[in-house]
Amino acid sequence: MSDLTLPMVRRRPLDPPDELGELRRQAPVHRLTFADGHLGWLVTGYAAARAVLADPRFSNRPERMHPPIPGRMELARREGFRLPPGMFLRTDPPEHTRYRRLLTGQFTVRRMKALEPRIAEITEEHLDAMEAAGPPADLVEAFALPIPSLVICELLGVPYEDRARFQEDARILFNLETKAEDALAAVGSTMAYLSDLIGRKRDKPDDDLLSGLVEGGELTDEELTGVGFLLLLAGHETTANMLGLGTYALLTNPAQLAALRDDPSIAETAVEELLRYLTIIHLGPVRSAVEDVEIEGVLIRAGETVALSLPAANRDPERFPGGDTLDVTRPATGHLTFGHGIHQCLGQQLARAEMRIAYPALLRRLPGLRLAVTPEEVPMRSDMSIYGVHRLPVTW
Amino acid sequence: MEIKADTTVCIGAGMCALTAPQLFDQSEDEGTVLVLQREVPPELEDTVRRAVTLCPSGAISAT
Ligand code: SF4
Repeated sequence: MSDLTLPMVRRRPLDPPDELGELRRQAPVHRLTFADGHLGWLVTGYAAARAVLADPRFSNRPERMHPPIPGRMELARREGFRLPPGMFLRTDPPEHTRYRRLLTGQFTVRRMKALEPRIAEITEEHLDAMEAAGPPADLVEAFALPIPSLVICELLGVPYEDRARFQEDARILFNLETKAEDALAAVGSTMAYLSDLIGRKRDKPDDDLLSGLVEGGELTDEELTGVGFLLLLAGHETTANMLGLGTYALLTNPAQLAALRDDPSIAETAVEELLRYLTIIHLGPVRSAVEDVEIEGVLIRAGETVALSLPAANRDPERFPGGDTLDVTRPATGHLTFGHGIHQCLGQQLARAEMRIAYPALLRRLPGLRLAVTPEEVPMRSDMSIYGVHRLPVTW
Repeated sequence: MEIKADTTVCIGAGMCALTAPQLFDQSEDEGTVLVLQREVPPELEDTVRRAVTLCPSGAISAT
């Protein structure tokens, strides 16, 4: 039996819990006791995490998993609960392959480049509005959330006016304290909305991703609803938190902020480094071994669940020397923030494009940007599975 | 150095096209890897090695 439960408390807002770094210094893989008493594993080393993510002998199906912390994934393990079809993130091949194939063409590097002018326009409009309203502002509400939200809505063909509804559902779903019943209700409400939307697209297709999938004819309406759900939620919570938390990180590391502001040509590198340093995937991913697998000399037995700490892995000094400091000029490619293996983030090139445009634009338009409160007063999303700031009061 | 790509394994993450756009692209419909040029010019060998390690699915190799 292991005494170790998943360390969750961050002593400094931008750093993963100290215990994780300590564990990583001892060994890349540790015994971990899961919330339901299951004796599984915790991976904190970069090479080990990458190996697990790339290995087809680990499943991503929720019914095989044990929850690392209380409250999570009860749903998935509850008898009779079935993931709606189309939510392919939590599937294995060949099911996963089929869905992923239908979507990858929509998220290629080239397509995301073609979207850049529109992303730039949306960014400038929000900066105009911020300037017009004058300081102070909540950067999350005025900038970090609406930009990715608008972009994903346009891409999918979801009317932006309806956002209040699924943004609230997203908040419930990503909250670590949400009860199983409430999560189920939030899923149900967004699914009902999307199912109705898919029906409307079937009657009157438009020039957007969901219409394209409807017309492609490969997926049932139920599957389309599941796919839409996944993309809509993923498009909302992730980039928004990167923009919010990334700005907080820059404002509290003024030399790094100045480096990016004074030389926007480093935007690409800076974005990779912010992705690595912040690793907003606070909890998980989790995988379950379908066969016995040896990872870095440790034998993981079939049926055992493995929790991966990406924040710890991305700070591994063997892969990123001096990784506990933010350095926007560091070549940070190869970080695991978007995952690795077949589930690596489908929307990563979109997220990169959004950040590469939004950070430099923000610093160019509001060069005097600074926090309107002390750094300690900024409410951190420690209670959410995607880390970030709840609000970011700024002035300029 | 020569590039090999297996589109049946590729998940279309685009790391290759991002890292070495001179040599990799992605197909319009499936988003899977397209090798623009199989022979790697010597000055691009390091870049290609990086693309190979960054590929999440192990779909590309270079020998
Ligand atoms: S990086 Fe690998 S998985 Fe991604 S598009 Fe290229 S070959 Fe395919």
